[in-house]
Amino acid sequence: MTTTNQVAIEATGLVKKYGNTTALAGVDLSVPTGTVLGVLGPNGAGKTTAVRILGTLLRPDAGHATVGGYDVVREAGKVRSIIGLTGQYASVDEDMSGRRNLIMIGRLLGFSREQSRVRADQLLERFELTDAGERIAKTYSGGMRRRLDLAASLVGNPSILYLDEPTTGLDPHARNGVWETIRNLVLDGTTVLLTTQYLEEADALADSIVVFDKGSVVASGRPAELKAQAGKQSLDVRPAEPAHIERVAAIVAESTGMRPNVDVVNALVSVPVSDGSSMPVVVRRLDEAGIAVTELSLRLPSLDEVFLALTGHTAEEKTSDVVLEGAGR
Amino acid sequence: MTTATLEPPAHLARRSRPFAWVQQSLTLAWRNIVRIRQNPEALADVTFQPIIFLALFLFVFGGAIAGGGGWRGYLPVLLPGLLVQTVVFATMGTGVGLNDDFAKGVFDRFRSLPIARISPLIGAVLGDAVRYSLSIVILMTSGFVLGFRFHNGVGNGLLAMLIVLLFALSMCWIWVWLGLTMKTAQGVQGIAFLVMFPLTFGSNIFVPTSTLPGFLQAFTKVSPITYLVDTERALMGGGALQKPLLITLAWMVGLVAVFAPLAIRAYRRRT
Repeated sequence: MTTTNQVAIEATGLVKKYGNTTALAGVDLSVPTGTVLGVLGPNGAGKTTAVRILGTLLRPDAGHATVGGYDVVREAGKVRSIIGLTGQYASVDEDMSGRRNLIMIGRLLGFSREQSRVRADQLLERFELTDAGERIAKTYSGGMRRRLDLAASLVGNPSILYLDEPTTGLDPHARNGVWETIRNLVLDGTTVLLTTQYLEEADALADSIVVFDKGSVVASGRPAELKAQAGKQSLDVRPAEPAHIERVAAIVAESTGMRPNVDVVNALVSVPVSDGSSMPVVVRRLDEAGIAVTELSLRLPSLDEVFLALTGHTAEEKTSDVVLEGAGR
Repeated sequence: MTTATLEPPAHLARRSRPFAWVQQSLTLAWRNIVRIRQNPEALADVTFQPIIFLALFLFVFGGAIAGGGGWRGYLPVLLPGLLVQTVVFATMGTGVGLNDDFAKGVFDRFRSLPIARISPLIGAVLGDAVRYSLSIVILMTSGFVLGFRFHNGVGNGLLAMLIVLLFALSMCWIWVWLGLTMKTAQGVQGIAFLVMFPLTFGSNIFVPTSTLPGFLQAFTKVSPITYLVDTERALMGGGALQKPLLITLAWMVGLVAVFAPLAIRAYRRRT
């Protein structure tokens, strides 16, 4: 049902300032219908600000954006009728049961009482919350809470969904559950804009990724393109016997002509290479030396390495001028 | 590339009805009632607190204040006053609740929905009207159990209850405004107590104003609480009604005229 050459979200030159702090410094985005855009960046990069503007919760100081063809400022009402918003700042009412929350949203959207109940029960079932439906949302676990947030944003059957850090703070099991849900939504043809601090998450879910840093897009492309953009591949060798790590490092250095990184803790030797030509040499030398290895691989750099290459700092690094996102609305 | 214009789902056609915002406001008022039902402990301020205040003042201070009449003599004087105090205190909950909704992101959820912008605010105030009514009914019931009666006709007694409810709905705009402009719910509560205690105790609620020192008497002469209490006592037990009623109504109009626009302006700024 989706035509991927149509644009669901289009933003040009979005600027947002809070006092002297620039949260967004001219951001362009384009999300084709039915695809997932991953917006990746550390805390304070401007991700949430961008989502709030595209979700009509915030007016941009400059630039403009259309969602589903509607202007987010001038046609905010129309935008609201086709989007769903889930995030740190759009919450369910913790003092009501999950089911009541969903019914309330159905009623606000103009469903009849009966329709609202049916829709609420449908969504509770879909998100495996039927048993907890009558419990107050305050008592839900982190994963249940996120699933309820997601369900709440889906009551009106939106064609465009914003997910603002949907798995932040979740344990791996709950995170996988949320990922599975997002994948299913995409199969239904929903366009998704997902923000995340986790490179792994963007890699796992997104068709394309934009990397935000300090309010600007510093890179964009498909996950594989981004990895290639960081340039070199990496050759990893892990000896079966950790004591052999120095000898392995020497062999790798000799074979490639590059000084390898030696990770003693993980017993891993890795070296950046431009192509795979040195790999057979390394294999032969290791064989001659009689050193067994448990891992020998040529891989693209991880997104963490990409982020470092693109921004000059790692994603985990907390910059001192972090913008308090969502503040000063 | 073409830009897809995605049609809103068909059910949203209902939104074009001229009074959709009324239904939305009622739904959001219903939310407040559901919250009360699901969190009865949050109602302590309008349930147990007035009952405890009634018992405390009636049995502990009643004999001393009313003199010969004992607590039975104090009840007809105390109950209308305490009713005013209870409802006035309940109004600050509206501001605290709104502040909490903003802090927790519940309002962002509402704002991301295609509903009238004003509905969440109207819903919050309407929903709290139910809370005020509940506190009125609970306190009056407790009073009746202890022997309180309307001596000026049941109609006037009910009118007294209606007027105190309307006063609460006028006064709550102060707390709506503060709730929307202050940073934290605790801050709102702090200010509210700071205002409420002098306002209610520095009045004729518990004692005749003639027993107060001069400066306090001067204060009670301008305080709306005094006139509201006089109105309540007149309607429930008899006495001069016209002057206190007119001054009370004037205060209600004034409170709404000043604080509702301030509150709505603050609301628009945040939404």
